[in-house]
Amino acid sequence: MSHLYLIAQIAGRAVAIDSDQVESVVDIGEVTHVPRAAEQVRGLAALRSRVVTVVDTQAALGLAPAGSDARRAVITRVEGHHYALLVDALDDVAPFDLLPIASGVSLDRGWGAAGRGVVERDGEPILAIDLTALIPGHGSHSVN
Amino acid sequence: MDDLLQEFIAETRETLEALAGEIVAWEAHPSDRARLDAIFRFVHTVKGSCGFLDLPRLGRLSHAAEDVLSDVRLGKRAPDRALVNAVLAVVDRIGEIVEAIDGGSSLDDTGEELLIAALADGSDQVAAAPTIAQRAPARSVRLNVDLLDRMMLGMSDMVLARNELSRRLRQGDVDPAVEAALERLSLTVGEMRDTVTRTRMQKVEALFSALPRMVRDTAAGLGKSVTLSIEGADVELDREMIEVMRDPLVHMIRNSIDHGLETPADRRAAGKRENGRLQVSARQSGNQIVIEISDDGRGIDVDRLIRKLVASGRDERQLRSLSDRAKLDLVFEPGLSSKDGVSEISGRGVGMDVVRSCVEQIGGRVELDSQFGRGLRVAIHVPLTLSIIPTIVVGVADQRFAIPRQAIEEIVTERSDAIRIDLLGDATVVTVRDRRLPLIDLGKLLELDAFGRPAMQMLAIVNVSEGSYALAVDTVLDNEELVIKPAAPAVMTTGLYAGQTLPDSGLPMLVLDCAGLAHVAGLDFNRIGRGLVEEAAVAVDEGAPALLFVDLDGKRRAVPLGIVDRVEQVGTDCVKWSAGRLRLTIDDHILPLVAVAPIEGNKVNVLRLKDGVTEVSYAIQEAIDIVQLPDDVVPATGEGMVAGVVLLDGEQIELLDAYAVFAEHGDPEDVAQAPLCLLAGDADGWMTAFVKPMLENAGYRVATELAVGERAAVVLAGETSETAKGVGAPTVRLRKRKAAAGAADDSIYRYDRAGLLSALEARVAATGGR
Repeated sequence: MSHLYLIAQIAGRAVAIDSDQVESVVDIGEVTHVPRAAEQVRGLAALRSRVVTVVDTQAALGLAPAGSDARRAVITRVEGHHYALLVDALDDVAPFDLLPIASGVSLDRGWGAAGRGVVERDGEPILAIDLTALIPGHGSHSVN
Repeated sequence: MDDLLQEFIAETRETLEALAGEIVAWEAHPSDRARLDAIFRFVHTVKGSCGFLDLPRLGRLSHAAEDVLSDVRLGKRAPDRALVNAVLAVVDRIGEIVEAIDGGSSLDDTGEELLIAALADGSDQVAAAPTIAQRAPARSVRLNVDLLDRMMLGMSDMVLARNELSRRLRQGDVDPAVEAALERLSLTVGEMRDTVTRTRMQKVEALFSALPRMVRDTAAGLGKSVTLSIEGADVELDREMIEVMRDPLVHMIRNSIDHGLETPADRRAAGKRENGRLQVSARQSGNQIVIEISDDGRGIDVDRLIRKLVASGRDERQLRSLSDRAKLDLVFEPGLSSKDGVSEISGRGVGMDVVRSCVEQIGGRVELDSQFGRGLRVAIHVPLTLSIIPTIVVGVADQRFAIPRQAIEEIVTERSDAIRIDLLGDATVVTVRDRRLPLIDLGKLLELDAFGRPAMQMLAIVNVSEGSYALAVDTVLDNEELVIKPAAPAVMTTGLYAGQTLPDSGLPMLVLDCAGLAHVAGLDFNRIGRGLVEEAAVAVDEGAPALLFVDLDGKRRAVPLGIVDRVEQVGTDCVKWSAGRLRLTIDDHILPLVAVAPIEGNKVNVLRLKDGVTEVSYAIQEAIDIVQLPDDVVPATGEGMVAGVVLLDGEQIELLDAYAVFAEHGDPEDVAQAPLCLLAGDADGWMTAFVKPMLENAGYRVATELAVGERAAVVLAGETSETAKGVGAPTVRLRKRKAAAGAADDSIYRYDRAGLLSALEARVAATGGR
């Protein structure tokens, strides 16, 4: 089944995000730091009149946190709360078929928890990830 | 009561609409148990509300129908055609009467006896044909919550857009006309936002207003006497929550009166006051609203609870080995009635387990704190889904946080002489006057230390349910009413925050959870047994609070706390003799300054006194303490700014006559035109000393006796004094206690200045006595 995916760059790698999970893609404004919250929580930002929790996607994947000047983010809604997941860039939106991850490939760190399959763009395999798995406080028991 | 009636009408109408289908289905299949139950529930609810709202006609009808339906449910009667018809006729009639009540029209009650008679077994009465009543247009609408949420969201967007617009306009030269238009827009948007927000919020008062009557009736039915006190009725809660809380609250209060409070004779034997004390309060605490019901009854008898459970087949050893808290929680076991007999009021199988499941349904929890023989405190915690709370915005390093104002007792600066900060081991303690409190440095706790911090800090004295502590912050910035929303789980798990908010600046802000801060900082409050009995004892000799201070002439005087807005230190260069009197410049205002002796030095403390309209400042040497005024005030002889003398700790303290202070600065009205207020039965001279100057300042003429030909516009009488008969003027009564004696008590607490004046005004306006 062909399905619409967003192709974005996270930590220099292309990933595919199910468009159903994405409310919008924005550049976030000033971020209010949340002292003593987990490393993945960059802070709070205002999106029009809504407060969104900004998630440092790289930290959530177990990589080094992105610099504080990252602005582009994908907005998703999980259990009534809005989250902005920081991405490096957005490449494309297109329909793809979700394929299983090739056997024997073992994904490291957060990629393993978030990876859902592979889509193929012009022969290039791209990891499809589940945003819910990257939300701190939700990730462990994601449904999809 | 009107609100309740409206609610009853809306609810009945709605149920009737929903029930219409059930009725038809029941008619077709009289043996259908589910339909029968639905109709039974309806008449049962109507009956319950009727007793409460004093609607005897509806009560009679629904009671008769309930009896019959109950028989059918028990299998005593078969639901034959005649019975179904008769019940349906009654249900229809209930609908008509409700419409008539709503429309304010009267409905002729002939035929109702026939309807009831038709319910009787073996009756072949044909139910009277119902008359058609005109349905009044509904005055309330029910809305989908989603719609309201979208409205609120749109509203917030509008506020932000307005802020942006005004920011941009301020950058350039603006036509005054444009500015005026923007101003008007701002005002409208502000009002609109308040209105929209209130659509979802309701004061807990809606929940509490029915309690006094219910408590009275319940207590009377059981031969007990109960003093109910209600606090925090103006806390606002989501309407949805209020609805869900209604039944559990009623249930627990009935439980308290029935099971908890003893009969007067038992109470006497236990050395308690005959009147049982029941206290219901609501407060906001962290990200929760806490509704507390406490009584000074017998508490939970854990031993008997265990015996009962053992009798029903539970393992005694296992129950006995539970912790104290777990033993108390056994009350929530389903199907348990801790009372041996079933009474009129409670014990009908709706147990605490139902209460708990109701509360848990909305994400809340129930906490018990029982002292056997001394009382029970039940605290229902419900989450804040959304609320507007007044907050104080503080700054730490480069960040701002909001603290719920309710939690803050006072704010002091670290450099004040009254403050001492010491190290006790590795803990910091602060001594504020004679209280020693633990100190939390917010910057350190939040790990914001790396940033440059000022050496001088502000201390907010914070009160949480366990105790108080001082919270050190860098700056205190503002007072703001904020819409608080719950934050994401990842933020809440820190345990430090109560929620998030988006102030007008457009930058999100976190709201601190004061109890959480104390917990994370590891403060250990030695729980001082806040026994209910002690509280009750304190409440008995509760007088009006007053501020004790050293006046400029070195004498100690007291002033009623209610009128003291704040105490401030000002430079003497702000004090000038101008335009015929001493005046003080403060916050860009000029206030009249009262000084009983010359002001010396270059700093002086002033009391800022407010009566709600005008403000007067009063120079003093220093403030000492807050004290409770005894009821005995020896009135002053002669005129002046001293109302009388009170005895405090064996010392004579002059009581400042605040009314006189304000009277001196009020604009006197045309005296002859002023309505005449007659003071009746002022035997102890209190009214002359306290009230007379205040009334004169408020524009009344005051007399203790009427001269020939004079007519009083209103009479002010003491609690017990005889009303001067034949004066022909309405009377306002004053009482010495703060709480009203009951719903019928329309007297005014004698220090309730605003209440007194508005009552007088209302009476005068009603007679056109001006």
